[in-house]
Amino acid sequence: MRKYLLSRLAQIPPVVFGVVTIVFLLIHLIPGDPVEIMLGESAVPAQREELRRELKLDRPVLRQYGEFLGGLVKGDLGVSFRSREPVLREILSRFPSTLLLAAASLFVALLLSVPLGVLSAMRQHSPLDHLCAFLAMLGLSLPNFFLGPLLILVFSVHLGLLPVAGYGTARHLLLPALTMGMGMAAILMRMLRSSLLEEIRQEYVRAAAAKGLSRRAAVLRHALKNSMIPVLTVLGLQFGALLSGSIITETIFSWPGIGRLTVQAIDARDYPLVQGCVLFIALCTVAVNLMTDLLYSRLDPRIRHE
Amino acid sequence: MSKRGRSRGNNVLARFRRHRGAAAGLGFVSALLLVALLAPWLSPYNPSAQELDSGLSGPSSSHWLGQDKLGRDLLSRLIHGSRVSVAVGLGTVGISLAIGLLTGSLSGFLGGRADHLFMRLADILMAFPGILLAIAITAVLGPSLRNVLIALSLLGWVGYARLIRAQVLKVKEMEFVQSARAVGSPPARLLLAHILPNALSPIIVEATFGIARAIVAEAGLSFLGLGIAPPAPSWGAMINEGRHFLFVAPHIAVVPGLAIMAAVMAFNFIGDGLRDALDVREQIP
Repeated sequence: MRKYLLSRLAQIPPVVFGVVTIVFLLIHLIPGDPVEIMLGESAVPAQREELRRELKLDRPVLRQYGEFLGGLVKGDLGVSFRSREPVLREILSRFPSTLLLAAASLFVALLLSVPLGVLSAMRQHSPLDHLCAFLAMLGLSLPNFFLGPLLILVFSVHLGLLPVAGYGTARHLLLPALTMGMGMAAILMRMLRSSLLEEIRQEYVRAAAAKGLSRRAAVLRHALKNSMIPVLTVLGLQFGALLSGSIITETIFSWPGIGRLTVQAIDARDYPLVQGCVLFIALCTVAVNLMTDLLYSRLDPRIRHE
Repeated sequence: MSKRGRSRGNNVLARFRRHRGAAAGLGFVSALLLVALLAPWLSPYNPSAQELDSGLSGPSSSHWLGQDKLGRDLLSRLIHGSRVSVAVGLGTVGISLAIGLLTGSLSGFLGGRADHLFMRLADILMAFPGILLAIAITAVLGPSLRNVLIALSLLGWVGYARLIRAQVLKVKEMEFVQSARAVGSPPARLLLAHILPNALSPIIVEATFGIARAIVAEAGLSFLGLGIAPPAPSWGAMINEGRHFLFVAPHIAVVPGLAIMAAVMAFNFIGDGLRDALDVREQIP
């Protein structure tokens, strides 16, 4: 286990280094003069010079890169040039609401996918299985920027049950969590179905049945536990997708998280903040993927012995 | 084509035809391609022509799907918007596949340092979840079809390259490749004539799903104002414009939303059908 842990941890520094380098280069990709784009044409030369100094764009690129890395080590992601607040502080103040939304979406996804996945695997090729397959396909094909407005249309406009947007109560959380959770539920349901079907055919399920256990009990008590291992992996890997998916969902529901902060930063051409948000989300994804891998190796001993 | 090759092809075709969803998907995609191709002749109005006094009107005999807030004909915008979706879907997959085929097959075939370097680069790019990097890139490059293609392909090729690499690694150890190597087949011929043709099935399936993903990604970027520059119509931008009028004119957001959903579903069904027909094992999505 220790060998596996060490080899997996050794993969992290090059990935983090690469991600940081790409994010650093973003601001240098801007065609033309970034300062002119950020300030607009009406800015006077003195303002431009000041911003250039502030963003350290007046120095050689390699030195800028060195200072960017040095700042990161100290947790300094720069200063938002609109609010003048440190970028990291802005991000951290929004992070709890994004985490809350992500956790609620995961909950919705599990709540929908586990019962439907189990049912469709236990009744393979039945009309119920076909219905679940169609629902999963629908969930996979409904992008969150359409599902969100659709849910608002049904639950807020027509039924008047839930608020259109906002933050603060469980009622505000429901629609954004459904928007983000449905697509994930579809992926998990398909995954669980195929993984459970494979487990059901294993000898130990037949042995449990031969000992007198009902088929339902054999599946629920034995096969389900084993079939959840790949599902948990996908769940972990999807967490990163949830964070980037929050960019659209938070915009639709005016949810005050990192996703909305990213879009606001893009609209304001606040590139240090854009850089910070992208870097933060990417690094969170790297961390969650690492944790998923380690959890996977704990749950399935075959992985760490390979 | 040999008799055996032809009969395998017929089997695949027969299995694909039996998949009802895939056949329906193929029908829809064919219609979508025709609409995109013939857009200037099919659309009843100029998609940018405004009739401000009839803005937000619902469907009528003169405007079958209604009008947006500037009074532009929704049907015409939908028809022209299909061109963007088709162009980005096919363009992104085409570019990504070309880069992925080149890097993935060389990486798997050559092995060693080149392979190691490629795998590390892939790890770095895969660390950016979903369309995050595409959002960041279009945010700095500005909205345009070219920039959307660049942003989506920059990340899109990695998945294909990894898949192709894995396939090449598997196929190159097979007996028929070893025999070809033993009789002195040169490396390029080994790769192009023996390995790649036998490694393509999962790649074809993945590319079909890739078109659906690219259509969603472009619409997502356009929804955020980072896709195609306005006033050119894009389905994602149309939903974004429409969501502000859900109380008074819900059709403005619903019509393009249904179009995206149908297109994505059609490509997903074709992908599912191809996976069954080509007998590709289900992969982690």
